[in-house]
Amino acid sequence: MSAFLDRVLVQTQDFSVPDEYARIADDNSDGAVVTFIGKVRDFNDGSAVTDLTLEHYPGMTEAVLNQIAVEARERWPLNKVTIIHRVGTMALGEQIVFIGVTSAHRKAAFAACEFLIDFLKTKAPFWKLEAGDQGKNWVEAKDADEQAAKMWQK
Amino acid sequence: MINVLFFAQVRELLGENALKVEASDSTKTAEDLRAQLAAKNDKWGKVLASDKLLVAVNQTISSWDTPVEDGDEVAFFPPVTGG
Repeated sequence: MSAFLDRVLVQTQDFSVPDEYARIADDNSDGAVVTFIGKVRDFNDGSAVTDLTLEHYPGMTEAVLNQIAVEARERWPLNKVTIIHRVGTMALGEQIVFIGVTSAHRKAAFAACEFLIDFLKTKAPFWKLEAGDQGKNWVEAKDADEQAAKMWQK
Repeated sequence: MINVLFFAQVRELLGENALKVEASDSTKTAEDLRAQLAAKNDKWGKVLASDKLLVAVNQTISSWDTPVEDGDEVAFFPPVTGG
C-alpha cells in the first residue's frame, strides 16, 4: 500500500508546488497536509553564492529516499508521501527539494515532514557544489544536520 | 571484477568517476579495497585516506569491514549534503 502512496522522484526539471499539493491533498480523510520546499539561497557561511549544482548517485538515491519514506510510515500514521529532489545546476531562488506529507492529524504530518528532510540531508547520496565569487566549493556536511537526524533515534 | 564508483570531491580530486578493479587475494573487505586503491599513487593515497570518506557496497552505506567480492558495486564518496 505504501508504495502506491509514495511518490519519489529525482529529476533535473523544476516541480510545481500547486500541482504537487493538489496531488496529495485530494483525500478527505486527511486533515493535515504539510509541505517543505528547499531553495537555492544567495549565501552560505558568509560567502555569496551565485548558483548551485547537485550531484547524486543514480540508483542508490532513489532506493534511499524510498527507504526513508518507509521509515516515516513506520513511525507515524501517514497517508501520502512525496519526495522530489532535483539534480544538476540551479540558479538563485530555484526550488531544490519538495517534501509533502498528509495525515489525519497535524502532529504526525509535521513530525514526519521534519524527519524526512533531516534524514534526507544525512542519508541520501546528494552533494552540493556551490559557485560564488571565490570559485566553486563543495558544501561541507554540517554536524548540526547529523545531530538533527540523530535526535530521531531517541 | 569489482565495479568502483567515485562521487563529488572524491571523484573530482581523483579525476575518475568509475573503474573496474581486479581484486587482489588480500582484498576481502571495503577497507582492503580502499587500501588497494590508495596504494596506486600519492594522490590516491591522500584522497582515500580521508577520515570522512564513506563507502557504499551495492548501493548501501556500509562499514569498512563489509565483505566485497567480484561483481559488487563499491562507491567511495564524502559525507552527503543534499536537501
